[in-house]
Amino acid sequence: MKKIILALATSAAVIGFAAAANAQDATKICFIYVGSKTDGGWTQAHDIGRQALQAEFGDKIETPFLENVPEGPDAERAIERMARSGCALVFTTSFGFMDATVKVAEKFPDVKFEHATGFKSGPNVATYNSRFYEGRYIQGLIAAKMSQKGVAGYIASFPIPEVVMGINSFVHGAQSINPDFKVKVIWANTWFDPGKEADAAKALIDQGVDILTQHTDTTAPMQVAAERGIKAFGQASDMIKAGPETQLTAIVDTWGAYYIKRTKAVLDGTWKSEQVWDGLKDGILTMAPYTNMPDDVKKLAEEAEAKIRSGELHPFTGPIKKQDGSDWLADGAVSDDGTLLGMNFYIAGVDDQLPK
Amino acid sequence: MRIELEKRANPSTLFSILSPFLALALTVVAGGIMFALIGKSPVAALYSFFIEPLLDIWSLHEIAIKAAPLILIGAGLSVCYRSNNWNIGAEGQFIAGAIAGAIVPVVFHDWHSSLVLPLMLIFGMIGGALYAAIPAFLKAHMNTNEILTSLMLVYIAQLFLDWLVRGPWRSPDAYNFPVTRDFVPEAILPELISSGRANLGFAFAIIAAVGLWIMMRYTLKGFEITVLGQSERAGRFAGFSSKRMIWFSMLLSGALAGLAGISEVSGTIGKLQPIISPGYGFTAIIVAFLGRLNPLGIIAAGLFLALTYVGGEAVQLTLSVSDKVTRVFQGLLLFFVLSCDTLIQYKIRLVFSRFGQTTEGSAH
Repeated sequence: MKKIILALATSAAVIGFAAAANAQDATKICFIYVGSKTDGGWTQAHDIGRQALQAEFGDKIETPFLENVPEGPDAERAIERMARSGCALVFTTSFGFMDATVKVAEKFPDVKFEHATGFKSGPNVATYNSRFYEGRYIQGLIAAKMSQKGVAGYIASFPIPEVVMGINSFVHGAQSINPDFKVKVIWANTWFDPGKEADAAKALIDQGVDILTQHTDTTAPMQVAAERGIKAFGQASDMIKAGPETQLTAIVDTWGAYYIKRTKAVLDGTWKSEQVWDGLKDGILTMAPYTNMPDDVKKLAEEAEAKIRSGELHPFTGPIKKQDGSDWLADGAVSDDGTLLGMNFYIAGVDDQLPK
Repeated sequence: MRIELEKRANPSTLFSILSPFLALALTVVAGGIMFALIGKSPVAALYSFFIEPLLDIWSLHEIAIKAAPLILIGAGLSVCYRSNNWNIGAEGQFIAGAIAGAIVPVVFHDWHSSLVLPLMLIFGMIGGALYAAIPAFLKAHMNTNEILTSLMLVYIAQLFLDWLVRGPWRSPDAYNFPVTRDFVPEAILPELISSGRANLGFAFAIIAAVGLWIMMRYTLKGFEITVLGQSERAGRFAGFSSKRMIWFSMLLSGALAGLAGISEVSGTIGKLQPIISPGYGFTAIIVAFLGRLNPLGIIAAGLFLALTYVGGEAVQLTLSVSDKVTRVFQGLLLFFVLSCDTLIQYKIRLVFSRFGQTTEGSAH
């Protein structure tokens, strides 16, 4: 028995050393996911980005990840574990990891951190985000054209500026086609919960919406829309598989290019803390193919996309009134980024009270 | 044919002591087979699951953080279960304690004083105890099944916390996220030693477990608990009141769960949020039984369960296996503990006769 234990311990030690030696050759670029890497939405998009990164650099890097990390005390441990395991760069890919990322970053000044969609940064904490609202505007245009009833359902996660901004952009896009267009919002208060998301989808459809869009992470709403025979928009990943007859288009997060750029900077030693907010033109988000719609709607969407790309069109261009009737943007005025990033008001036409 | 469990005339004392270790060994073996089946080296996997976390000061701290609530709750539950009171709602009492304790730093968020923390801890214990008082009252005076009432109160506590952090207690500076204000530094449970982030909560857990062990072993109260648990009638002859025992055991376990709740919130989260527990109140039930309802055993069991959390994360990272592996291990462990215990008390008999079928029919 003693011999067996000794043998086990030795082999374990050898394996341990082998793993350690191996790790020194390749630079570790690490990822923390809030959901499952096969969620079909937000986290999967990040994982596709990670795979693109791995493919780009091959043996030069390793890309370990931790999935289903809850936003809370466990997040801090998970991030610290990454930092301790020798990661050169850690991408923390959910808003709720913000405080934990900043806390761990202070303890590990030599490790670089990149936090997605947050607003706190530091000498070794960069933030990166995508102008999702550009895609939402295009979705709004399509929704107004495709909806018979002129009412869309919106499954939202948390009433944070990023989500409010998306709702407003969607409404503004839709109202540029149909000024009476309405949006009903349900707050799922979660990023990732297929059950809740599906329930929200059903409730919205029961309230009479005939187009569904979501700002949550799973394909559950798309599946409900498919069952009930209405059209829907995908979120974060191309969800066409969940609704081949249902998906009009999807905002696809294409993080790969950004991950490659930042990893290159780490390898070159040129990494700096930055606050990046890229959009359609930078390739950090793309629109899934426009499907299940007539050609004229498709053409409209493609034109709008091209205009946003070229900078000719900013989704938040006045005149826009706030929900309470007061003026926000004058005719032709364009919103500045600061207002968008702190957005805590609805524009006119949203059939919902912002949770206070 | 059917399978019957037949009570053994003389269950082996040796094996009932060995049972948890046997269960552990079987879990490790089954886990090794599982790793082999998914194409990972079982030795490497088990090494990074069970050994590696013990070699690093940092991960020892993390184990202590995870173990603290499990031990605190588990030790309290052991008193309940020993006295035949089945409190399944420790998760709810944990949350109630966290909410009650958080009144001080959330409502009086401008108050900086060294009194804040002691008050929070006391409120936390009171909160947990009051919440456990509901099923205690219902059982003692209405003869309600405490398993059901305590369990159902868990959901009420969870939803109440959810409502609080989205509504009246939501922080004005968290960009509409459903969290309360960050606690002031005076409301944060201090770290035990400077080498890591394990906090005083772990000390509370050890003190409570040792205290309960002394109570169970050396005091009349401990005797009362055991007697009433084994035979209420015998207890009555000895002059013990089972009603009072319901109150005592439920309030005690509720207070400890509440203390665990406020310690977790104050020590590791630093604010209230919709989810403050990954199911500690339920995992603590496994801990209580794995520790043989003995508070000292519960310390060991709590540390082991904590190791499965921390180790599960380690294998996820080193071998890139799914995070579900932790749950699988905890499930395996509970399964083997229960089956070892059962098979020590009972033996399996295969019944082939037709008599068996008729008795089965009449049993329905």
